[in-house]
Amino acid sequence: MPVNISQDTSQGTSQDDPERARRFREAALPHLDDVYTLARYLLRDASDAEDAVQDCYLRALKHFDSYRGPAMKPWLFAILRNVCRAEYARRASAPSPVLDDTPEAAEQTPLWHEEQQTPEAEMIRERDASAIRRIIDTLAEPFKETFVLREINNLSYREIADAVGAPVGTVMSRLARARAMLRSAWLAEQEQPK
Amino acid sequence: MTCDEAKILLHALIDGELDAGHAREVEAHIAGCASCAAEAADYRKMREAIAKADLRYTAPASLRQRIDAALPKAAPAPVSNVQPLPSRRSLLRGFAMGSAVSALAATGLVAIVLRNDDQQLIESEIVSAHLRSLQPGHLIDVVSTDQHTVKPWFNGKLDVSPPVIDLTAQGFTLIGGRLDYVDARAIGAVVYKRRAHVINLFVAQTSRTARKPAKIETVQGFNIRRWSDRGLNYWAVSDIGADELAEFGDKFEAAAQVNKEG
Repeated sequence: MPVNISQDTSQGTSQDDPERARRFREAALPHLDDVYTLARYLLRDASDAEDAVQDCYLRALKHFDSYRGPAMKPWLFAILRNVCRAEYARRASAPSPVLDDTPEAAEQTPLWHEEQQTPEAEMIRERDASAIRRIIDTLAEPFKETFVLREINNLSYREIADAVGAPVGTVMSRLARARAMLRSAWLAEQEQPK
Repeated sequence: MTCDEAKILLHALIDGELDAGHAREVEAHIAGCASCAAEAADYRKMREAIAKADLRYTAPASLRQRIDAALPKAAPAPVSNVQPLPSRRSLLRGFAMGSAVSALAATGLVAIVLRNDDQQLIESEIVSAHLRSLQPGHLIDVVSTDQHTVKPWFNGKLDVSPPVIDLTAQGFTLIGGRLDYVDARAIGAVVYKRRAHVINLFVAQTSRTARKPAKIETVQGFNIRRWSDRGLNYWAVSDIGADELAEFGDKFEAAAQVNKEG
């Protein structure tokens, strides 16, 4: 049953309204580490990530009046993605991949393609954080993003779909592909222990 | 189930996103397919390794300060890492969004196999309904401690006849009934009291007749005990502790069983 509560938020649309800022702080600041984590994975650079997160929060505050839930985290992630997109454009000189919602060639190839190459008897072994981060970084953007949102930010499929603006089915196939590629990369890394 | 299907769905299985029926199907396939079993085992190991390694980053304090400084100052602005309990207003905001999101979620094939995530939305609506009921004058439409008054009151108002069971002797006082709306449908609410705490027992029809055992969840600080029996879904919601709510549910189910047999 939809409840009309729009009058609730119409009060105090001013950017400087302290009550509004207080509500924003309470709702958004607890997710700072989560947002920063995603930014680190997407941008692979600590200071770029900081800038992106700050930009994300300022944009979020600006649009806070249009925020209607249900969950704050996917909403912040969606804004962060837009900021990162702008950052990718700025980095255009570097051949950095762009976040893209359209199915990429990689996404259309059969999922179990690279599985053929994985050694049969090899087992997944534990790796330390920096090794795992390195493996995750080998993933192409849409897969890395979905994987990080799921495994590190702990979002549900539905929340990931909200954050990346894609259907749940797309989230599922990206995640399946991400894990398949990670598994190959993981096993390959084990082949050559440092 | 083919390997192609299983290789997609086993992820949803690992992530706990599959409904029980499909989870069983995928598990059955994995049990009989070495290749899918090996994949699933590897993914589980990867996931454990990832959880163990803690791959999250912590935002630098300087970033937190920069953002904090950029936000307009509130008079006393307690900045805390702890997620505050949502205000009633934000609960309602989530509630208003619920139906739009469920409508969106209803489209597409995956909605069929995925664990009913709408359950979460329904539960947040249940909590909203519970909160609304606590507003002055909203708790009860028919005030009675007599189950034989409350039960007939629902007749003609709902497409189901919610069992109304007096549990006063067991420590839960029946205080009345109410018509409520959840998920855009009329739903029966039977209201109990435990000391000063209100327990709303929401009852709605379901197409499944199989009994589903109780599950206790906490949504927005409220405990919800959910179960299904003989074509009815039940949600008991209250701010009493999970153990007391479990006790309520057990006593209700036991009494319902006696009623049915008697």
